[in-house]
Amino acid sequence: MIDSLAQQTLLDPAGLGDHELTTLLGTTFGRGVDGGDCYFQFACQEGWSLEDGIVKSASFNIERGVGIRVVRGEQTGFAYSDDIAMPALLDAARTARSIADAGQSGRIAVASRAPSRPALYAPENPMDSLDEQSKIDLLKEVDAAARAADPRVTQVMCSLAGVHEVVLVLNARGELTTDVRPLVRLSVQVIAQQGDRRESGTSGGGGRFGYRYFLENDRAAGYAREAVRQALVNLEARDAPAGTMKVVLGPGWPGVLLHEAIGHGLEGDFNRKGTSAFSGRIGERVAAKGITIVDDGTLEGRRGSLNVDDEGTATQQTVLIEDGILRGYMQDEMNARLTGVQSTGNGRRESYAHLPMPRMTNTYMLAGEADPEEILASVEDGLYAVNFGGGQVDITSGKFVFSASEAYRVEKGKVTYPVKGATLIGNGPDVLTRVSMVGNDMRLDPGVGTCGKEGQGVPVGVGQPTLRIDGMTVGGTQAA
Amino acid sequence: MSTSPERMAPDLEIQALSHSADSLQDRVQRTLDAARAKGASDVQAVVSHSVGLELSVRKGEIETLEYERDQSLSLIAYFGQSKGAASTTDFGEQALLDTVEAACRIARYTEPDPHAGMPDPALKAGEWDDLDLDHPWDCDAEQATELARAIEAAGFAADSRIENSEGASVSTRRAIAFLGDSQGFMGGYRSTRHSMSCALVARDDAGMQRDYAYTVARRAADLDACEAIGRQAAERTVRRLGGRKLSTRSCPVLFAPEMARTLIGSFTRAISGPAQYRHSSFLLNAVGESVFPDWMQIEERPLTPRALGSAPFDGEGVRTRNRPLVSDGVLQSYTLDSYAARRLGLESTGNAGGARNVTVQPGQRDFAALLTEMDTGFLVTELIGQGVNAVTGDYSRGAAGFWVENGEIQYPVEEITIAGNLKDIYQRIVAVGTDVDRRGNIHTGSILVESMTVAGE
Repeated sequence: MIDSLAQQTLLDPAGLGDHELTTLLGTTFGRGVDGGDCYFQFACQEGWSLEDGIVKSASFNIERGVGIRVVRGEQTGFAYSDDIAMPALLDAARTARSIADAGQSGRIAVASRAPSRPALYAPENPMDSLDEQSKIDLLKEVDAAARAADPRVTQVMCSLAGVHEVVLVLNARGELTTDVRPLVRLSVQVIAQQGDRRESGTSGGGGRFGYRYFLENDRAAGYAREAVRQALVNLEARDAPAGTMKVVLGPGWPGVLLHEAIGHGLEGDFNRKGTSAFSGRIGERVAAKGITIVDDGTLEGRRGSLNVDDEGTATQQTVLIEDGILRGYMQDEMNARLTGVQSTGNGRRESYAHLPMPRMTNTYMLAGEADPEEILASVEDGLYAVNFGGGQVDITSGKFVFSASEAYRVEKGKVTYPVKGATLIGNGPDVLTRVSMVGNDMRLDPGVGTCGKEGQGVPVGVGQPTLRIDGMTVGGTQAA
Repeated sequence: MSTSPERMAPDLEIQALSHSADSLQDRVQRTLDAARAKGASDVQAVVSHSVGLELSVRKGEIETLEYERDQSLSLIAYFGQSKGAASTTDFGEQALLDTVEAACRIARYTEPDPHAGMPDPALKAGEWDDLDLDHPWDCDAEQATELARAIEAAGFAADSRIENSEGASVSTRRAIAFLGDSQGFMGGYRSTRHSMSCALVARDDAGMQRDYAYTVARRAADLDACEAIGRQAAERTVRRLGGRKLSTRSCPVLFAPEMARTLIGSFTRAISGPAQYRHSSFLLNAVGESVFPDWMQIEERPLTPRALGSAPFDGEGVRTRNRPLVSDGVLQSYTLDSYAARRLGLESTGNAGGARNVTVQPGQRDFAALLTEMDTGFLVTELIGQGVNAVTGDYSRGAAGFWVENGEIQYPVEEITIAGNLKDIYQRIVAVGTDVDRRGNIHTGSILVESMTVAGE
């Protein structure tokens, strides 16, 4: 039985029943085809933003379409249509199929796949979780909390965004899977001024639930105060050091280190093609003993979580590195098939108009045993970085960066003064071999990350405990 | 070759737009009418449509063949000083009405903003010149396959250390868009964009390196030759093998043209309307100030025929014009849409949608002469990460490139950072090369900066 919301949203308006889907399958797939799918998607999203104390703009967007992908060996044919109607679907199917042999279409029966476990999020439209006036009030509360936190705050910009997405995947075997995915996010940026100096601070959070999450536990105002705190710290920041030194990374969002240094390099497509610095290294030591890193799409309500990936495969917890040894890659169906393994439920795509590929979900390092205080106390001279902007990696050379937005100098085991943001650079395959202490304070990020790969953005999560790395290059301006 | 050409030629015309100009204009008009009927005091609507093909070949075989066909409708409805925006990819009649309704509904909740509203009608484009942006390329999957194969083959043939490939790709896209508003503006045009690229992987004892080359143009005849792209990708990849770190130091830095563009990109963001009125720019209120050395000139040239950033009017229908941004080092103007202009008490500069064809006037010397002038320093050919603080101008990015001594490249460099503050970096520019890269919206030659901090070992 097909999920009724997916059926009502995607199939019924176009009059697509079992007969039509069987015709579509027969036209698209059949002999000479190794895989692929018809990916039906409906997504609507809204965004409300506040600036100068008023909610002056908001937007609403609706997308609906089908992407048809035909895979044959290492080849992919792809076409999409934003018109979900039988003639347009068959046209797209024939176009995508031009990659494979003509003719030879067969009869493939449609079989709905039931969920293999309880849902990780409620199939509700998050936009309906608050009325419009309450959304505006929420943003005003953030604005007021930021301005009340310190008189030096001169600008507050905040936004509230919600996405309601319904997907239906009909794969080449006739298996039909559906998922209804909520996603919300609240973001705050403040600018604080002292004399001629201006600095910014940012904060926010979100996940796969409704807006009421932000009303609980004083979260919204908490984001505001956190953004102000960062801006004020940066008003006092001195020039960052330049050179190689010991670096202590705080817990949570600094896990962007793992996403860049390790995560991308362990995606199945790069490894099938042999273009990753980690290619062919399964079983080798790539991190210090005691370090275990997983990608886990099954965490309830997390931004990077999915009941099923965009190929209809149930997500899972995949061990990437176990006690320092490289154990596995993240796979989608095509790369799994070509390398003789199973999909790990990491096949993701930005929308029906994009091709799926192996992508991360929530990537994090398990907790160790060290007390975070003890880790800081152990550093004679180094950097303590607790907040980051984004990062980037060259998966072939393994070189990666991530940019600190809140950092401190550590001297004789004490945090002494804040330093300006700086980029940290390292080499993915060896940076984790230099981890000498792992904290007992594992934390996931607050739910704000978006990962970009080949022009496609997807929501992801990261996490880690406090870490001490004995030697990373810090890109400041002051010779250490 | 396992795929015969017959299979690669589906029954469709690649560059045939499936919506006519008349039908798109009609859709704009119906959107405007529907919003007015719902009580909107003013409305702006954009309808766009594009078709394209992208084909990639890896190790001689087709890897992906993608047919693109996109359409969208978006509108902003004003109810006095309140506004709402909505968009959809659904071209059904009901979707048009639903989208208009969504914009109007939002406008009932957003708060009045004294600066909101339509552009000054006197600034709108009346008639405009054809900027020669529409050059459909009759390239089907079969021809694209042959081109991509030729590019990649030239790359593999160029150097035996090229042992792997991320593929060569060919893409072509044709778009049409119409903008209309309730003040009576209606304008649109067709444009094309074609590109070819190649990314290769080389290996030596020290490990692997990847790099790429690309060409992009409005007209297929203006694209570089396949052999040149493949060869350039191979050269760029192989020369990175054996990269070393540098010790931490201060030294001159020469930005290759494609990297110099990013320095100028930070400048264009800093002088944009939102960065100014949000006080989130390191060049706040800087018009009239010396931002660059007194010999530097930067212009915006939106009316350059066939250029990638050209447009006869901006996203609000305001006429664009070629104009100076920096004269003798002094900032002349911000880049403003009508909202930012009202916020700052100025006039729109036709920059709804951003600055177009920002052009740094080249100096007298070519790239080789700039290397000689630098004598000893770091040539940067790749930058990674964000690392630019737009509010303070603090700059710290991951870099790769080459160490230069006596004006000659000595060895490849990787895993270092370069840092400084953009206000200071701009003042310390000592030369702009004649090697102008026009493959984007910012046109500049190499830029030599007197000194920056390099962090490494």
